[in-house]
Amino acid sequence: MKLDFEHIQAAHCENGVTMSLLKNAGVQQITEPLAFGIGAGLFFVYIPLLKINNGPIIAFRTLPGLIFKRTCKALDIPVVRKKFKSKEAAEAFLNECLATGHPVGCQVGVYYLPYFPKEYRFHFNAHNLIVYGTEDGNYMVSDPVMESTNTMTAYELERVRFAKGALAPNGQLYYPKETKAITDDQIKKAIIKGIEKNVWNMVSPFTGPFVGINGIRYTGKKIKGWRDKLGLKDAGLYLAQLVRMQEEIGTGGGGFRYIYGAFLQEAYGYIPNDELLEISQSFTVSGDLWRTAAVQAAGIYKGRLGNQEDFNVMGDYLLEIAEIEKKAFTALKNIKWK
Amino acid sequence: MKKEDVPQDLGALGKITKEVCYATDDSGKYTTQLSNGWEVKSTALDTAWQQVEERIAAAKQKVLNNGASPILFFMEKGLMDIQILAGYTGFWQWQVKRHLKPDVFNNLSYKKLEKYAEVFNVSVADLKTMTVNEA
Repeated sequence: MKLDFEHIQAAHCENGVTMSLLKNAGVQQITEPLAFGIGAGLFFVYIPLLKINNGPIIAFRTLPGLIFKRTCKALDIPVVRKKFKSKEAAEAFLNECLATGHPVGCQVGVYYLPYFPKEYRFHFNAHNLIVYGTEDGNYMVSDPVMESTNTMTAYELERVRFAKGALAPNGQLYYPKETKAITDDQIKKAIIKGIEKNVWNMVSPFTGPFVGINGIRYTGKKIKGWRDKLGLKDAGLYLAQLVRMQEEIGTGGGGFRYIYGAFLQEAYGYIPNDELLEISQSFTVSGDLWRTAAVQAAGIYKGRLGNQEDFNVMGDYLLEIAEIEKKAFTALKNIKWK
Repeated sequence: MKKEDVPQDLGALGKITKEVCYATDDSGKYTTQLSNGWEVKSTALDTAWQQVEERIAAAKQKVLNNGASPILFFMEKGLMDIQILAGYTGFWQWQVKRHLKPDVFNNLSYKKLEKYAEVFNVSVADLKTMTVNEA
């Protein structure tokens, strides 16, 4: 049985799942940038002391699951979300959803994802895909970061739904409970809410030193000390990890800054305020600078650069980015919506 | 980033699927553009894999020097840490830590060894000798 479902490729998995599930549930206006912006997806955090894959934990987006949750909430769409202890129950529930006509979003680990290139298979458990049908005991899968759809056996799907380690999915699945049309006015309100939330996450006085703009600044300062503290080789590995988090599959480039720029342009279509277009340009500038920083980082981890001065330049890029984004979010904060 | 500047350096992912990037067109309007990959990030990925290879080699040497049990080697080979390995085997993390000691490993029951062998996709004999099943 195959549900009527259209695969749409996206830059990022959770944006893509959110967009496709909502579109399927009747929200005609939804796009990837709208899902990302309404879900207040833009973020930055540097988690000190802890490590992942033997490198620093740096994220350019909010916690997994939040984009879908916030976007649905802002549009007043009820959500079904379930985790499972038993693999059998997880599969039975999935089959039931499909039988009742719901394509379903699933959180999965990528290590055992059969259609992913081997080079990308780390133990990363916050990937998302949509299951939209079954056929001869296999499942039809729409993975938003892939150009086309894939098929997985029941065992393969079970294995990725029950991947282990940090952020283990525990078979988690989710979908919009109801199909309903959304008015442009609702989208407009949701956009404002999303922007306010994102402003709060990036520049509010309560973010603490490691989150938002403060986090970018903190990371910039840290980087300048990496060469002395870690030695050139490990410092290079740390920078490579930063670049992977920023550019690896699914950020749309520039650590999601370009998607956010696109979101503000689309927001202008609902709220014709010229400031939105101007601020969108700031995010383009920021995204470009993130990429310039990535080129600098690559110079270091490829061994072409390696002086303390090269690390200073790298750190200064982040300090500059922090200033640009601070201005941009402050401008968003000061917009008078009415 | 301008649409025409979206990098097209064919990488590991590009051979299987292109990625969506957001970029601006001539009038400054955002649009999407498919990318084959970017050399800067494929080298970042290569760097990560080099580190993995080095960790595997170091683990192997440590096992040969009797500083750790073969579980360490397979754990690194599978890109795992203790938390992940505990998750897949069903052991507690403190148990996995103990099993990394050669003396403890040598006295493990066949049943426990089997659990590790299954997760690492090797036979119990291969587990003990660090023989990798490449299939």
